[in-house]
Amino acid sequence: MAVAAAVTVAFLAVPVFALITKASWGTLWGDLSTPEARSALRLSLVCSLWATALSIVFGVPLAWMLARSRMPARNLVRALVILPMVLPPVVGGVALLLGFGRRGLIGGWLYDLDGIQLTFSTAGAVLAETFVAMPFLVITVEAGLRSMDRRYEEAASTLGAGRWTVFRRVTVPMILPSLVAGAALTWARALGEFGATITFAGSIQGRTETLPLAVYLQLEGHQDVAVALSLLLLAVSLAVLVSLRGRWLGMSPSG
Amino acid sequence: MTLDARVGVVLGSLDLDVELRVDDGEVVAVLGPNGAGKTTLLRALAGLTPLTTGRVRIGELVVDDPALGVLVPPERRPCAMVFQEHLLFPHLAVVDNIAFGLRSRGVGRAEADRRARTWLDRMGLSAYANDKPHALSGGQAQRVALARALATDPQVLLLDEPLSALDATTRDDVRRELRDHLRAFAGCAVIVTHDPFDAAVVADRLVIVESGHVVQDGLVADVTARPRSGFVADLMGINLLTATADGTTLRVDGAELTAADAHEGPVFVVVAPSAIALYGARPSGSPRNVWSTRVDELHLVGDRARVHLGAPIPLVAEVTPAALAELDIAEGTETWVAVKATQLVVYPR
Repeated sequence: MAVAAAVTVAFLAVPVFALITKASWGTLWGDLSTPEARSALRLSLVCSLWATALSIVFGVPLAWMLARSRMPARNLVRALVILPMVLPPVVGGVALLLGFGRRGLIGGWLYDLDGIQLTFSTAGAVLAETFVAMPFLVITVEAGLRSMDRRYEEAASTLGAGRWTVFRRVTVPMILPSLVAGAALTWARALGEFGATITFAGSIQGRTETLPLAVYLQLEGHQDVAVALSLLLLAVSLAVLVSLRGRWLGMSPSG
Repeated sequence: MTLDARVGVVLGSLDLDVELRVDDGEVVAVLGPNGAGKTTLLRALAGLTPLTTGRVRIGELVVDDPALGVLVPPERRPCAMVFQEHLLFPHLAVVDNIAFGLRSRGVGRAEADRRARTWLDRMGLSAYANDKPHALSGGQAQRVALARALATDPQVLLLDEPLSALDATTRDDVRRELRDHLRAFAGCAVIVTHDPFDAAVVADRLVIVESGHVVQDGLVADVTARPRSGFVADLMGINLLTATADGTTLRVDGAELTAADAHEGPVFVVVAPSAIALYGARPSGSPRNVWSTRVDELHLVGDRARVHLGAPIPLVAEVTPAALAELDIAEGTETWVAVKATQLVVYPR
């Protein structure tokens, strides 16, 4: 068992180790400062933050409905929510294309209506990231809502608080750790989104070419830049992991 | 203003059907064993559990009547509730906890804060205004929970086991304070408890609930002196027998007792454990009720020994441990029992 475990650990560790050691640390800053890297960095930040914000705005009500209401076909809805987590992102991209693309189900209608085109636009990149990352928020917040002691909400209502006041002043503050964790996971997932984005939004520098896309494209010819950007993404992932360690690694934040 | 309720709730194995009327300024304690439906009763009054049948009226306002399709949600009832585990909002400062109800009912921020601080002052907790609730002791948290409820100026105050989460020493202080606050409270107060002492100190009237139904309703002194249920008798530590009276003769199961006063028909008989005398041999002299029986169990409670007597009349006698030794009583031994006729308290069932 110990040997097998050691092999597994090595298997997981070697690529990360290689990434760190093979990087040309001396030119790191310069690699990250190339126009293409900087534009990808800026775009990634904008898109992933938008995706996180949209996930919160639309995901929290859905999580609340899943946790609290007797909505019909709840399990079916939950399956639909989780689907993007297990779906190959490229398939998600194709599905988005058929749904919201220029000739898609909704997309065609949008285009006819006002010439709105989501494909090959920054909005499209945001949409693809939201599609893939939102499940993390919904699932985490739903779990938080389920594990919350609902008697606090009852206490608030006996004090005269209506449903919206209870939600705003009691529910949200009490599930805040879940909300923050969900948002962090969503953001990390959105930041790393590749398959759905390149399929649905393409890779146009400054418009849809986010960090992961830039890494992929720079690998041919500018490997140093690709590695530098990869290191950056690795650092972000580690930071999210460390900030959520109490939740995901079975350790309390203090220990 | 009167709280007038007939609460019928069917919830799992619980079948609650309780009538309750509380007048302004009155404090009613609902006393009963665990699982009797006391908490469900409070939740129904607060609007947290809808009625299956019955009606709840607060003054002229009907807040729940399933037959009429009326159900006023908790936030629109003139009620406030104090919960067993206080349930102070952990993310709000103490003063904001107290101001919560006022803010929810539309009082401005500054005014709510001012009134909340007045309440904190009254509770002697001004120093904790900006602390989070976890910094409070159990007794302090209870005071804040009470202040939070009273600050909304409710017409009906509901308290669910407000003292049960406290340790014994704190409990004495908080019980006394609670009594004072409830005396000063102008509305209707309903307090649920399983502790007869809490009920006796705090309440004017007791309602005894067992298995979802009221078994007795009366002033504290009456209920404790003349219990109508085994639950209350056990709580008071007294013997309660059901008997049939024919003049001064009381038939209890297969045996007979003689009372001092005449009664007719079904009666309750209360025998204080200290009124039962035990003898090693048949006593001579005045007692009218003398029989011999077996000792089933012995318990030492404080400096008294409680002796559980067997058939024909199951009673608990209380004697000193010295008397126990002198009489050579142990579990399984025979003893003579004597009760004076004047020591039997008889009242109709």
